[in-house]
Amino acid sequence: MPLTAAMPTADLAHDEPRPYLWTMNFGPQHPATHTTIRLVLKLDGERVVDAMPDIGYLHSGFEKLGEHLDYNQYVTVTDRMNYVSPMANNVAWHLAVEKLLGIEVPPRCRYLRVIVCELSRITDHLLCLGAMGLDTGAFTHFIYAFNPREWICDVFEALCGARFTNSYTRVGGLMYDATPKAVAMIRDFLGRIPKPLADMDRLLGRNRIFRDRTEGVGVLTREEAIRRSCSGPVARASGVTRDLRRDDPYLGYEDFDFDVCCATAGDCFARYMVRMAEMRESIKIIRQAVENLPAGPVNVGDDARVILPKKEAVFRTIEGLITHFELVMGNRGFEVPCEEVYCATEAPNGELGFYVVGDGTSRAYRARCRPPSFIHLALFPHLIRGHMLSDVVAVLGSLNVIAAELDR
Amino acid sequence: MAIVELPEGVAITRLDKLVSWCRKNSLWPMPFATACCGIELMATGASRHDIARFGAEVFRFSPRQCDLMIVAGRVAMKMLPVLQRIWQQMHEPKWCISMGACASTGGVFDTYSVVQGIDRFIPVDVYTPGCPPRPEQLIRSILDLQEKIQREGTVAGREFDAPSRQRPKRALQP
Amino acid sequence: MTEPETIAALKRRFPDLTVSEFRGQTRVVAPPESIHDVLTELKEHLGFDLLIDVTCVDYLNYRGAKDRFGLVYVLTGTETNRRIIVRTFVNDPEPTVPTAVDLWEGANWLEREVWDLFGIRFAGHPDLRRIVLPEPFAAHPLRKDYPLQGRGERHNFPVITRAES
Repeated sequence: MPLTAAMPTADLAHDEPRPYLWTMNFGPQHPATHTTIRLVLKLDGERVVDAMPDIGYLHSGFEKLGEHLDYNQYVTVTDRMNYVSPMANNVAWHLAVEKLLGIEVPPRCRYLRVIVCELSRITDHLLCLGAMGLDTGAFTHFIYAFNPREWICDVFEALCGARFTNSYTRVGGLMYDATPKAVAMIRDFLGRIPKPLADMDRLLGRNRIFRDRTEGVGVLTREEAIRRSCSGPVARASGVTRDLRRDDPYLGYEDFDFDVCCATAGDCFARYMVRMAEMRESIKIIRQAVENLPAGPVNVGDDARVILPKKEAVFRTIEGLITHFELVMGNRGFEVPCEEVYCATEAPNGELGFYVVGDGTSRAYRARCRPPSFIHLALFPHLIRGHMLSDVVAVLGSLNVIAAELDR
Repeated sequence: MAIVELPEGVAITRLDKLVSWCRKNSLWPMPFATACCGIELMATGASRHDIARFGAEVFRFSPRQCDLMIVAGRVAMKMLPVLQRIWQQMHEPKWCISMGACASTGGVFDTYSVVQGIDRFIPVDVYTPGCPPRPEQLIRSILDLQEKIQREGTVAGREFDAPSRQRPKRALQP
Repeated sequence: MTEPETIAALKRRFPDLTVSEFRGQTRVVAPPESIHDVLTELKEHLGFDLLIDVTCVDYLNYRGAKDRFGLVYVLTGTETNRRIIVRTFVNDPEPTVPTAVDLWEGANWLEREVWDLFGIRFAGHPDLRRIVLPEPFAAHPLRKDYPLQGRGERHNFPVITRAES
C-alpha cells in the first residue's frame, strides 16, 4: 500500500455551479497550524467559503498502545498526548484507573495533584496565548509568554526530575513527594507570575491590531457550543457555564475558592480573555493549595497493593523484592475488576476523559481518551465560514488544537 | 622557500574552510515540528535558551529558504510523504537533525502507524537523544553539526557525494 | 428529576433496557434497533443535552462477552451535570448502528473515528470517511485481531537518497 502525498478531496475540488472558487491547501507543515493539521480551504477571492480539515498526520496509535502497556507504564504515553500540559494528562489517566480500581488517594497526594494540574493549566494557556499572539503578528508576546513557562518547567524539574514530559503520577499516588525546596519554588513562582501576566495583558488585551483581528471573528453561539459537544475554555467563552472542577468535583476541588471564568461573546477575543482570566484563577487555587498542603503520606497504604516499594527496599529486603516482583508480573499485579468506567477531568483544553475497560489483568483492555482538541477542531469549518483568509490562523490559535491529542 | 610577510589584517586559508565557516554560522533551520519535541524546539528559540547565540535563529517555514531541517517529533506514516517532499524541496547544501527518540527510532511508539526512524527513508546527519531532548541538548547538536560542517565541508559540496552518505543509514532494502 | 426517576422514565418507554451501576455511574444497555430512540428520549425529554463521547470496545476474547463490539455513548446534562453511559452491542458481519449526527452535530467526527478504527458503519452518516488513517489503509487497527506493530504498512515507502534529493 504505497501512500500518496496528497489525498483527493473530491467534494471540495469539483464544485460545478461555482467554478470561480479556488481551492487552497494549508498545511500539514505550516507554522500557524502549530503542529500537523491540513486544511483544504475553498476561497472566493479572500473570503473562506468552506474549509475541510484533514487530520491524522500525527496518528500514533495511542489507544492501541494502551492495550499493551500496564497501568503505570501507560502514563508515559499520556505525557505525549497533550504535550503542552503533560501533568494534566497524567492526573486524568490515573484518576480513571483509580476509579476503576476503587482507590482513594491520601489528601497530600490530592493537593499536590491539584497544584500540578493548575500549573500545567498555566503552561498550556501561556503557550496557547503566546502562539496566538505569534500568529496574529505579535512576536514579542510569544517571547513574553515563554519566559514564565520556563519557570514552571523549573518547578516541575524540582518536583519530579523532568522538565517537560513528567510522568509524575502513579496508580495510588505520586512518583515522589514534594520536597520543601519544591514547595518553596512554587511559592516563589506564585510571587513572580502576576507581573508577566499583567505585561501580557497590556501587550495584547488593549492592542488595537489584535482586537481588530479577533473581535467578532469565529463566533460560536451557546446553542452551537452544546450541539457540537464543546467543553473547556471554548465552551465557557460562549456562555456555557460548565466547569468540571465545580460541577463534578474531583481531587477535592470543592475545598478551593475559585471562580469559573466565562464570556458571552463567543469570538476569538472572548476565548483569549477566558484563558487569561483562568490563569489568574489557577494562581488563586495554587496559592490555597500550597498554604493548606496537608502533611502525611503521599501514596496509599500497602494493603491496596498498587504502590511499588521504594528502590532501597527492593534492593535490600526480600519482602520489598517480592512485593515489587508481584506487582510487576503480568498476571499477579493489580486486582482489576472486569468493569468499565468513564472518568473526566477539566484539562486546560476542555473535558479530558478516559474510558477504561479492565479485564482482570494488569493491562487495560481498552484505554479510550476523549480528546478535547478533536472535538474543537471539528468546529473549525463552522467557525471560519464567511471570514477572511487571514482569520484562519486567529481561529485556529484560539481553539488551541494540539495535534498529538487530536490524532492520538 | 621564501617567507612572505603578510600585511596586518590579512589571513590565508582554504576557500573550503572559509565557506564552511560562513555556512556553519548561518544555519537557517526548517522546523519540521510534529509533536512534543516541537515545543522544546520552540523553547530553544524562545527567551531563555535563545538559539540566536549560535547563528541559527532564523526559522523559516519555507523549505526553499532553509538549509537545516530539524525533524522534531514522531513521523506518522501519513506524514512521511510530506517529510520526503519537503526534504526534496530544500536546496543544497542541506543537513538534517533528527531530534528526539521518536524521530530517530520510533521511541515508545512501536505501533502500526509510526515510522520507526526517519533515517530509514531520508539521510540524517545528527541524531539528538532524549524524549524530548532538553533545549541544551538541541543546542549541543547544532554545535556538533557546525563542527561537522567545518571539518568536512567543501565549496562544491563534494562531501555529499561520499558513498557513505548516499543511502539512508538504516534503509530496509539493500 | 433525580437519577432513579430518570431511569424509571426511560424504563417505562423502553422496557427491554438493562440498567447497571458501577462506582456511581449509571450504564444503560439498549439494543441497536432502539439506540437512536433512546438517545432521542434522553436528549429531548430527560435533559441529557451534551454528547461527550462516542467510542467502541472490541470484546473479542473478553471474559464472558457474547457480542463482538460494544458502542459507548457518554452523555451529560449541562443543567443537571449528571452523566449517563448508553451502550449497545453489534456483531460481525457488517456491524451497523444508526447515526446520532441528527441529534448532535458533535457526533460527526467521533463516529468517523469509530468507523476508521473499528469498522463500524453508521447508517445515515453524512460523510463517513476515514479520518485519522489514510484512505488506502486496508484494516481497522483498533480491532483486537490487528497486531500492534501493524502489517508492514509503516515501512512501505520509497527511500530517498542524496542523489535523488
